[in-house]
Amino acid sequence: MTHEHEASDHIEAEMDAALRTKALEALLVEKGLITTDVLDEIVRLYEQDIGPLNGAKVVAKAWTDPAYKQRLLEDGTAAVAELGFTGRQGAEMVVLENTSTVHNVVVCTLCSCYPWPVLGLPPTWYKSFAYRSRVVREPRAVLREFGLEVPESTEIRVWDSNSEVRYMVLPERPVGTEHLSEAELIPLVTRDAMIGVSNVDSPPALAGGE
Amino acid sequence: MDGIHDMGGMHGFGSIVREENEPVFHHAWEGRVYAMSMWRQVPIDGGFRYAIERMNPAHYLTTSYYEKWLYVITQAYIAAGVFTQAELDDRVAQFRSNPQAALPQRTNPERVQHIGAETFAPESLRKAIDIQPAFDIGDTVRARNMHPMGHTRLPRYARGRRGVVAQYYGIQDIDDTMPLGVQAQPQPLYSVRFDAEELWGESAEPNCAVYLDMWESYLEPV
Repeated sequence: MTHEHEASDHIEAEMDAALRTKALEALLVEKGLITTDVLDEIVRLYEQDIGPLNGAKVVAKAWTDPAYKQRLLEDGTAAVAELGFTGRQGAEMVVLENTSTVHNVVVCTLCSCYPWPVLGLPPTWYKSFAYRSRVVREPRAVLREFGLEVPESTEIRVWDSNSEVRYMVLPERPVGTEHLSEAELIPLVTRDAMIGVSNVDSPPALAGGE
Repeated sequence: MDGIHDMGGMHGFGSIVREENEPVFHHAWEGRVYAMSMWRQVPIDGGFRYAIERMNPAHYLTTSYYEKWLYVITQAYIAAGVFTQAELDDRVAQFRSNPQAALPQRTNPERVQHIGAETFAPESLRKAIDIQPAFDIGDTVRARNMHPMGHTRLPRYARGRRGVVAQYYGIQDIDDTMPLGVQAQPQPLYSVRFDAEELWGESAEPNCAVYLDMWESYLEPV
């Protein structure tokens, strides 16, 4: 099959899914099982309110508040809840600290489990067959594809989220950010760093040394 | 079940494709499917995940993420008798011939007020049941070589492999399919560390380990 055929098949499948979704919603609304505004609100919550900014707040607080960091590593669920991040797919949270000797990375090989309250819904690559199949077997090669070279002296721990426990990585605080406040650190923290496929970079002004 | 979903360690899926600034939903229908899945009004026999796992492998591999969800919730409503396949097909045909046709609307503002609270409601997975865990942190254990037909959270790549108990997560519910008429009892749950060499032999990358959550019935002493 040519790529053109594959692309047009793909577009057709998407259009078909859109139609079937519309038909399903129409039937369920007509039969009185669901309402339009509740669906709108669920979509809005996950598009606007629940996303990696939540996790970034957790990380920045841990970087600037040693007592909070200790609580976070000892009881992730309670410490994350202190900032108000609770609920679906985050009932039990374990936070994994990256150090100079240990690098953690999270996957769900069976499905797509992901800590929604702190990171929102997962990106497509996290749910991809390639990531799910490969990162448990060849994490170094996978991280290299993400642009992250982890030295062999650093142990890589891959966390396969196969139960209802949800994992989030606490990345290392980048060098040269000692003078930054908690609020200034938040925008530096990326989703990928909290999954463990990248590190947090120093802010652009600092990159390349002072 | 030993299904296509159990992908850990498989070869052949190629490189990982990433998208910069990816939206939460790529198409409006994906958001609707997500919301209808979260606010599902009928049960799914065997559970949502088991329904996806039982998809024909070729179907699983050629459908997008939310197409799988759409398939599963649609089947659940048909199985519950809410509508028939013919009713659905008829409605699809109507929208296909008249793409501008508007969706019927109904509202429930009172319920909307509570959706946030429901979404963020804390819940605990740990059960206050007095069960003495059989294993201690530091114990060497082996994942059982089991191949159940039903839903299980024990991936193939770990079965029969030796690991070390790293953490204890209390007593938690287990989602594995039980024999007919048997209610699943909560079990001690552990985090178990498997060295990469134990899982992948000589092809293992250096200085790596995989951590898996293991219910007690998945483990045997070594």
